Amino acid sequence: MAENVYDAIVVGSGISGGWAAKELSEKGLKVIMLERGNDVKHVKDYVNATKGPWEFPHRGGRTQQMINDYPVLKRDYPLNETNLDFWTNDKDCPYTEKKRFDWYRGYHVGGRSLMWGRQSYRWSAIDFEANAKDGIAVDWPIRYNDVAPWYDYVEKFAGISGNKDGLAILPDGQFMPPMDMNCVEKDVAARVKEHYKGQRMITIGRVANITQPLPGRSACQYRNKCWLGCPLGAYFSTQSSTLPAAMKTGNLTLRPFSIVTKVLYDKDKKRATGVEVLDAETNQTYQYTAKIVFLCASSLNSTWVLFNSATDVWEGGLGSSSGELGHNVMDHHFRCGAGGQVEGYDDKYYFGRRANGIYIPRFRNLGNEKRDYIRGFGYQGGASRQGWRRDVAELSIGADFKEALTEPGPWTMGAGAFGEILPYHDNQITLDKDKKDKWGLPVLSFDCEIRENEKKMRLDMMEDAKEMLEVAGLKNVKSFDNDYAMGMGIHEMGTARMGRDPKTSVLNKNNQMWDAPNVFITDGACMTSAACQNPSLTYMALTARAADFAVKELKKQNL
Amino acid sequence: MNRREAVSRVSLLLGGTIIGANFFLEGCKPADRKDKTGIAFDQEDIAYLDEIAETIIPQTTTPGAKAAKVGAFMTVMVKDSYEEKDQKIFREGMNKLNAASEKKYDKSFLEADAKQRHDLLVEIDGETKEYQKNKKKDDDNHYFRMFKELTLLGFFTSKEGATEALRYEETPGRYDGCIPYKKGDRAWAT
Repeated sequence: MAENVYDAIVVGSGISGGWAAKELSEKGLKVIMLERGNDVKHVKDYVNATKGPWEFPHRGGRTQQMINDYPVLKRDYPLNETNLDFWTNDKDCPYTEKKRFDWYRGYHVGGRSLMWGRQSYRWSAIDFEANAKDGIAVDWPIRYNDVAPWYDYVEKFAGISGNKDGLAILPDGQFMPPMDMNCVEKDVAARVKEHYKGQRMITIGRVANITQPLPGRSACQYRNKCWLGCPLGAYFSTQSSTLPAAMKTGNLTLRPFSIVTKVLYDKDKKRATGVEVLDAETNQTYQYTAKIVFLCASSLNSTWVLFNSATDVWEGGLGSSSGELGHNVMDHHFRCGAGGQVEGYDDKYYFGRRANGIYIPRFRNLGNEKRDYIRGFGYQGGASRQGWRRDVAELSIGADFKEALTEPGPWTMGAGAFGEILPYHDNQITLDKDKKDKWGLPVLSFDCEIRENEKKMRLDMMEDAKEMLEVAGLKNVKSFDNDYAMGMGIHEMGTARMGRDPKTSVLNKNNQMWDAPNVFITDGACMTSAACQNPSLTYMALTARAADFAVKELKKQNL
Repeated sequence: MNRREAVSRVSLLLGGTIIGANFFLEGCKPADRKDKTGIAFDQEDIAYLDEIAETIIPQTTTPGAKAAKVGAFMTVMVKDSYEEKDQKIFREGMNKLNAASEKKYDKSFLEADAKQRHDLLVEIDGETKEYQKNKKKDDDNHYFRMFKELTLLGFFTSKEGATEALRYEETPGRYDGCIPYKKGDRAWAT
């Protein structure tokens, strides 16, 4: 069927897929982007974006019906009334947990680019060198300098606001003007800087909310309702940014409700010929052919597609010749840190809802320091005045109580750490052929956990936060560990890693499959290690880089 | 709420979590209350809950809980969001609170005047705080904690509560991290 022939197929429409579609279509390729879920139209489909809190019947909370319908999502904050439609229905799309794994997914056009946390940090030189230095897993086949120009490139387009801090551990980028820290954060930052003599520092979060307009997008208006979809396009999402750019070329076709079930593989040519699609609405099967395929279905789903592909050649699927397909599942472990009370500043307040917080870059295991674990963590947090939810112990009920709660309470400040999880071969996903989803497709089975290195790190994640807040003069500082299960970070990485050797990696230095050079995987699946920074910016950079490489190779007729 | 906020809420140790069909009726105050069971709340129940909520958050220079229709909100939350066990405690609590009024004043809660209602709830609130202090994890929640929590949630997230008792800016347009504050200025609703 001629109408199913394209130059390039992009599987998935989230952050990575959107970038792939934009880059490939702008370079003149005829592209189809296949999205398994429904369409979400920019602005029009952000149905809750302009509602006041009172317009939600349960004021944003959850009902017993929701709890029953979303057995996975209910485990943490994502299950809520305000953007329920953006989260995947757990019952339609089940999976198997040999060990607990919290998989919070977004199956619709834009994927999790609509709900993401938007924190955008570059990796540093030591992150790409870490595996080689520590002698674990395999070495990254690329270094910071390979990616740096692509960070520049994607930051300019996506729009990242942030402060240039001149740190080797957290390289500066092409930033728009930073958001402000509030007065408490500024003073705490100054005290921390002084006490640790610059070895630890607090900066404003680098965030994909724009502080100056870009074409078709307004600057952030400080509504802090990002995850309902932004009618102003003030944060980077597929809808606000990459999709309109790709559509403008006239080269992109977007097909929602298209579950890619496998990559079609020609074993004689050792090339992919296209993909097979199951229409999620009609259950009809279609084939799409193309010269190149970009798998950007989200880390674990890209690998799921590979498990189902070329099984006549490799029982474990395309990419399994490495012995690493499905292995090395990573995430960021978090939900621990510290918080406390700030005395004074009763005559200070703030205006606007800043969709951002402060960031404390990694400071552990740098230089010659050696803790009893390797790698490190960064903190996200912020200071604010308490609101009506605070406990006013001395008051009971009535007019005085009401009046007290209508005024802001004392200042508090907290910091929660995000820590690196090592790439353990034994942390793996496999195909569970006995369990089927709504469409009769086999599901993933998870066998992953954090281990000694992460558990030891969590102690520092708590204690260091406590120490810094105490140094800054906070009172009643309490550390906490609210427990973490893999997946909760919603930073799934690994399972089809990059490397230097086809025997131990699935992808080469250009995100190209060793076993099928015209297949590229540029979502989190490609990650060889996890660092501790939020990963999406790196997916953007790697995607743009791989797309550039792929088109050059096509022109050289190498694919 | 985004993740950073969720994280900071935990880390900031802000209070506890909320334990977790519109009718409206004004002015009807049946003097006698019959004990009821189940969660088929009727307009009489809503009127009664409105009065409880109004005693917790009364009208002052700004609207109170009744104007914000907190009674109806409470019934929605109990029906939709409460577990069965808590639904039962809530309903029985409605009966218990009225019985406490009968015992103290020899009249129903709705027959009691505003001062009596206030005094009674101060007393029950004190008992509740005492109970919560000694409560073990799996012990029942106290019904008055539910009343109070739902009243605060319902009121401060209502249009009246958020925009009149508190301040709400739909589109602030800018962030200023350091502005002067003087005692009496209202807090931001969100």
